Amino acid sequence: MSVIILLLGASLLVAICFLAAFIWSVRSGQFEDHFSPAHRILFEHKPTEHASGSTPPATPCNNNSTATPTNCKQ
Amino acid sequence: MATFTAVPGIEVECEHCGEACADTTIVLGDKIFCCQGCKLVYELLNENDLCEYYNLNNKPGLAQRIPVRKDKFAFLEDNKIQQQLLQYRDDEHTHITFYIPHIHCSSCLWLLENLHKLDKGVESVTVTFTRKEARIVYRQEETTLRRIAEVLTSIGYEPYISLQDMQQKKPRVQRDLIYRLGVAGFCFGNIMLLSFPEYFGNYGYSDAKMNVMFRILNVSLSLPVFFYSAQVFFKSAWSGLKTGFLNIDAPIVLAIVVTFVRSLADVISGTGSGYFDSMTGIVFFMLIGRVLQDKTYQGLSFDRDYTSYFPLAITIIKDGKEVPTALPDIKVNDTLLIHDNELIPADGILVKGSALVDYSFVTGESVPVSKSIGEIVYAGGKQLEGNIEILTIKEVAQSYLTSLWNRDELKQKATRQESFIHLVARNFTWILLAIAALSALYWWKFDHTRIWPAATSILIVACPCTLLLAASFTNGHILRILSRHKLYLRNAGAIERMAGITDIVFDKTGTLTGNKDIPVTWHGPTLSRAQMMSIASVAAQSTHPLSKLISAFYHNIPRVPVSGFKTTTGMGVSGYIQEEAVLLGNAAFTGTRTVPNHNDGSIVYVAINEQPLGYFLIGNQYREGISTLLQSLRTKGYSLSLLSGDNDREADYLKSLMGEDATLRFTQQPQDKLNYILDLQTKGKRVLMIGDGLNDAGALKQSDVGISLTEDSNNFTPASDGILEAGQLTRLPKFIRICIANKRIIVISFVISLIYNVIGLSFAVQGILSPLTAAILMPANSISMILLSYGLSEWADRR
Repeated sequence: MSVIILLLGASLLVAICFLAAFIWSVRSGQFEDHFSPAHRILFEHKPTEHASGSTPPATPCNNNSTATPTNCKQ
Repeated sequence: MATFTAVPGIEVECEHCGEACADTTIVLGDKIFCCQGCKLVYELLNENDLCEYYNLNNKPGLAQRIPVRKDKFAFLEDNKIQQQLLQYRDDEHTHITFYIPHIHCSSCLWLLENLHKLDKGVESVTVTFTRKEARIVYRQEETTLRRIAEVLTSIGYEPYISLQDMQQKKPRVQRDLIYRLGVAGFCFGNIMLLSFPEYFGNYGYSDAKMNVMFRILNVSLSLPVFFYSAQVFFKSAWSGLKTGFLNIDAPIVLAIVVTFVRSLADVISGTGSGYFDSMTGIVFFMLIGRVLQDKTYQGLSFDRDYTSYFPLAITIIKDGKEVPTALPDIKVNDTLLIHDNELIPADGILVKGSALVDYSFVTGESVPVSKSIGEIVYAGGKQLEGNIEILTIKEVAQSYLTSLWNRDELKQKATRQESFIHLVARNFTWILLAIAALSALYWWKFDHTRIWPAATSILIVACPCTLLLAASFTNGHILRILSRHKLYLRNAGAIERMAGITDIVFDKTGTLTGNKDIPVTWHGPTLSRAQMMSIASVAAQSTHPLSKLISAFYHNIPRVPVSGFKTTTGMGVSGYIQEEAVLLGNAAFTGTRTVPNHNDGSIVYVAINEQPLGYFLIGNQYREGISTLLQSLRTKGYSLSLLSGDNDREADYLKSLMGEDATLRFTQQPQDKLNYILDLQTKGKRVLMIGDGLNDAGALKQSDVGISLTEDSNNFTPASDGILEAGQLTRLPKFIRICIANKRIIVISFVISLIYNVIGLSFAVQGILSPLTAAILMPANSISMILLSYGLSEWADRR
């Protein structure tokens, strides 16, 4: 039956890991802004390109590109 | 008779901001813009390869028609001011968080996080969308704070920097409760799991050694719940007891402590496994309820005072030089330079320039006041025409407006009536204690060994936790439902107070009246184009709101030069177009003899060359559906009042709207409004005040429920119990009804949980409450309560 004690210890350890993960995620502010991270991941350009010296050629803005514009004015 | 409306149907939309363009003269390629500002932003983004901005959302920009003054952010170069704004600075990098009210969609997010393309010194920008904040890290070698603020402004994201930023930082988000919840959830789940062998111990395999092991684990898992998670309740109960007030947390703490001690005794004596599962479970559920109820609205602030309206710095003229100075550093006898459209931060004497001050912010009076040199101007007013200089006579903190804010009666929290929940809980507790005492007495007579188990299990099974659960879950749901309808209440207490109101007090300007779609109609013979041009040009010279509306009415008519423009206070305006004298104003001013009978708006008469032509009827700006709203509130038996800082020219019309028995008061100073509320309250009335702007702030704070109205939630609202989006004002009766339903739902849920309690008690008085029964009853009770309160709240909303 000592195997149960072993299993018990293991399962509690796993549960404690999850508790720690939860506390870490709250602490790092993951529950504070539901909007930005969800949209940031969809942007094509990474915001860390500034190192590149030459600026890419400017392309004229047009409204019919890949992303479907949603009207944000209510 | 020709009739026009001021807002014609949808025309061409500006490519940048999506607002209607007055004409199609400002173009770039095939794109049309409403103003040069919008075009500039578009060009700037185009040049820097930031077109993605327009692809993510349709026309996401902010109209740039009102240019920002060039040196507006000059004060950011001042080291002392910088020190108070910056969050962190090392040899290379500086961190700052700006509040940017315009953040509203994913385009904003994208553009701001690509700010480094516009300013090479910017290292990174992280937007916190819900708080509308951008945290900017920049290299101070390569750029300056002022430059960043100006770049942001140039793309339409002007940071809002107010005096409040200078004082202490905003309190961080409350995470403490979440941690406690997490710990309680973890312990509850594991204790439940470890209790299973115990539950089914009677039905087969049971190992004494294992059982001891499980029990020890349970005890150790319950310790963090008892000493950490449940502390919230201990603290609350203790602070209640200290002030001699038995709140609902007191009996709950009693139950938690009794359960813990009894369980500990059971385990130590080896007679049972205790009720650790029930105890941790109830703490867990109560914490969920509390988190749900205490949910705060990020990005909304209920505690704004004047400091969040005032600018951070102002220009002082010292020895002929302009020095940006932080507001708290302004001394008496400093000469302040107030720019066009800037707020006057301190009381002072006008020494240079001619002032036209808009006090609507302070008093609600919509017509600007003109002041000449030597007169006193008060803090809180907004200068409308050109730059002025004033000599301060009082420091910012002692000005008329700020002293109004710092009044003592506003500082001390009025003693609110205590919630009915505490009352019910108290009675419940006494009954419970009586039952426990009775059954203890009974068992003392018949079977001594059962006194302890019976009495303790009564306290365990029937703690008023269910009442607290019912209350906190229902409050939480109702708050959520109201926020779906764009009414954001500060806390659960506001729901209950709102349910009990008897009087409703409205502010006029900005509350009953909106600022959109004011109908302007011309009554008289059809005007020639030349006449229209003359009228429009003269009207455009004036800053009077009515002139502005006429000017907007003729927005597509070209302007011509006006000579000899003159404003006669209280009468009207006049000007010459070549040899033609144009008069706009009241009947006497223009020489009109036939006065039409209109009471639903303001009238501006027109005379050209002393020849009365006709008049503009400028409709009132009352929000749509206001009369139905007032009507339905009246039939529901609320007595209505109106407190307006404005004059009484619309008194008759308002009377017809609000009914004969309504109290209407005009030209009310902020102090008068506050006194009126106090007066009602001393008569035993419970007042709901609905207002906007600083002039209502005192009254909003004093009233039992103060709701401030905002055109959109980006706007600033004075301190209040709730923030309501202006378009939803007409649904006020529904909101009140939902708040009344809130109390009923709590009572219904509580009664149903009493049934569980009776079942539990019937076991408990006999002293045979097994941990298993408790473990089934407790979660079943809690969960059915949660579902019930959720279902009933939703139903109350639909009804």
